[in-house]
Amino acid sequence: MSLIIKNVNKTFTNFPALKDVTFEARSGEFIALLGPSGSGKTTLLRLLAGLDTPNAGEISFEGENYLKLNPRDRRVGMVFQSYALFRHMTVAQNIAFGLNVRPAKERPSKAEIKSTVERLLKLIQMDDLGKRYPSQLSGGQRQRVALARALAINPRILLLDEPFGALDALVRKDLRRWLKRIHHETGVTTIFVTHDQEEALDLADRVVVLKGGKVEQIGTPLEIHSQPSSAFVFDFLGSANKANGHIKDGIAHFDGFSAPVAGAANDGDYTLRFRPYEAHLSRTGAGIPVTVTAVLPAGSNLRLELKGTDGALFETQHSHGSEAQGFSVGDTLRLKPERVYAYA
Amino acid sequence: MTAKAARAPKTLGAYALLAFALLWLGLIILLPLINVLVTAFSQGLPPYLAALHTEDAKAAILLTLLVAAIAVPLNAIFGICAAWCITRFEFKGKSLLLSILDLPFSISPVISGLVWILLFGAQGWFGFLLRDHDIKIVFALPGLVLATVLVTLPFIARELIPLMEDQGTDEEVAARTLGARGWDIFFRVTLPNIKWALLYGVLLCTARAMGEFGAVSVVSGHIRGLTDTLPLYIEITYNQYDTIGAFAAASILAGLAIVTLVLKSLLEWRFAGELAASRRH
Repeated sequence: MSLIIKNVNKTFTNFPALKDVTFEARSGEFIALLGPSGSGKTTLLRLLAGLDTPNAGEISFEGENYLKLNPRDRRVGMVFQSYALFRHMTVAQNIAFGLNVRPAKERPSKAEIKSTVERLLKLIQMDDLGKRYPSQLSGGQRQRVALARALAINPRILLLDEPFGALDALVRKDLRRWLKRIHHETGVTTIFVTHDQEEALDLADRVVVLKGGKVEQIGTPLEIHSQPSSAFVFDFLGSANKANGHIKDGIAHFDGFSAPVAGAANDGDYTLRFRPYEAHLSRTGAGIPVTVTAVLPAGSNLRLELKGTDGALFETQHSHGSEAQGFSVGDTLRLKPERVYAYA
Repeated sequence: MTAKAARAPKTLGAYALLAFALLWLGLIILLPLINVLVTAFSQGLPPYLAALHTEDAKAAILLTLLVAAIAVPLNAIFGICAAWCITRFEFKGKSLLLSILDLPFSISPVISGLVWILLFGAQGWFGFLLRDHDIKIVFALPGLVLATVLVTLPFIARELIPLMEDQGTDEEVAARTLGARGWDIFFRVTLPNIKWALLYGVLLCTARAMGEFGAVSVVSGHIRGLTDTLPLYIEITYNQYDTIGAFAAASILAGLAIVTLVLKSLLEWRFAGELAASRRH
């Protein structure tokens, strides 16, 4: 393991921001820190960058105690949601900044700096825009410059703090693909903070889910997606339908029907959860009685909004060609989960 | 900054309002200014030049420039420090500091002068110390500088605080993660970002420092040729019925103010693009 974060605690005036956070990252790994605002993910990033110090705990990188190093010796590249480009410098000057401020002994020659800047401009596909000022660039371009600037110091760790948070959906998607490629090419250990689960699952090798300053779950995108460890993770990763039921011998029993339970659960009464795409709708038979309130397109799927007799809201997704196409607003149907998750 | 959509006046009311504003400006600002020049040159150029060529007049002009040359840099340094503290740190008593910073705006300049007499005058708190060591503060250059510094204290800080508040600390934090040291961050990131506001503040502060009368009057002691700044010199010559002398000196003071103004406009015109860019971003 190259980056080791062990029992890190950080308390702001009477407010614990991080509680016993522990995880490790392999060299070259892409880790996403996923959590709602206030979960401590940005605080953790600031600790890694050396902009703050933890109250307790260890942070080390390749055997070196990072807490003893000041920010500039950590060689950590950071990209901010606000871009934080130097507004009075051109794109090229921004990228060269980290090299130009090195002490004379360690500073590369002018020619070397120039070629580094050119190489990075090519990498971010902005070869011709080196002389522009940040205010003359689009949001997506600015964030690419910010990344190039961080990469110029040849960082050992790259920290990205909600880098696409201020951009619109199309640009985000584009940059996501591009960031993946850059990570592949540079192979630098990357920590990416986001509150967007789709972004986290799409980009990361492993995802660390944070809640209230604590690590809630660590796993690959597939593990996180198929085996959420808690109700919080389940709800945070996507839409969740909830229904009360009873578990006995690993089978969830509802009023007149039953469904298999994902993972193990003790017998007893539960609020059971299931995904919109793991549910079946029919006009007759067993299931929760629901009324269709909306039929909406959702990309490759058809999304139905439903309302139970007791007022509970449900959501289901079906492929366009399925029989769900025949349902319309006002229809009374039966909703039957194909698989449920149980959390105490 | 958001650009407001302005249009040419169309209605009679709009023209009336415009005419009134112009008339008012002419009456309040232009007329007195013209009066100064007309009176100064009422007996032609030679008496005007002669009035400025006296030892006392030249001493007053030099002293005014000297006081401004010391007071303005002091306030520039203080202004940057104060703005830095206020916009970069959260601490108790921040709003109190802001209020104190504005105090020189609201208290009478006479008081700003008097406090130095009470502190450093012969009968003042520290008077005995100064007497023992033969240091002169009031009725001398240090007193003039202190009084001017106090009166013009808020000008530069007030210009910087809103801008630095607006710009935030992101760029400085970014510079730090890129390996820049404290002074590097200040000279390469902070200072370039605030240079126009700083220059504005310096120009305003200079104009005010050169024109200060009340506070300076109290600490000056009115020693002709030694502690009379230009505004004081104008008053004295006027009181001695030397109209040409007084108005000639006044024209110099007004001229200095106009030079400052023109400088400011020139900067705005020459660097309009950069100014807009540094405010927008």
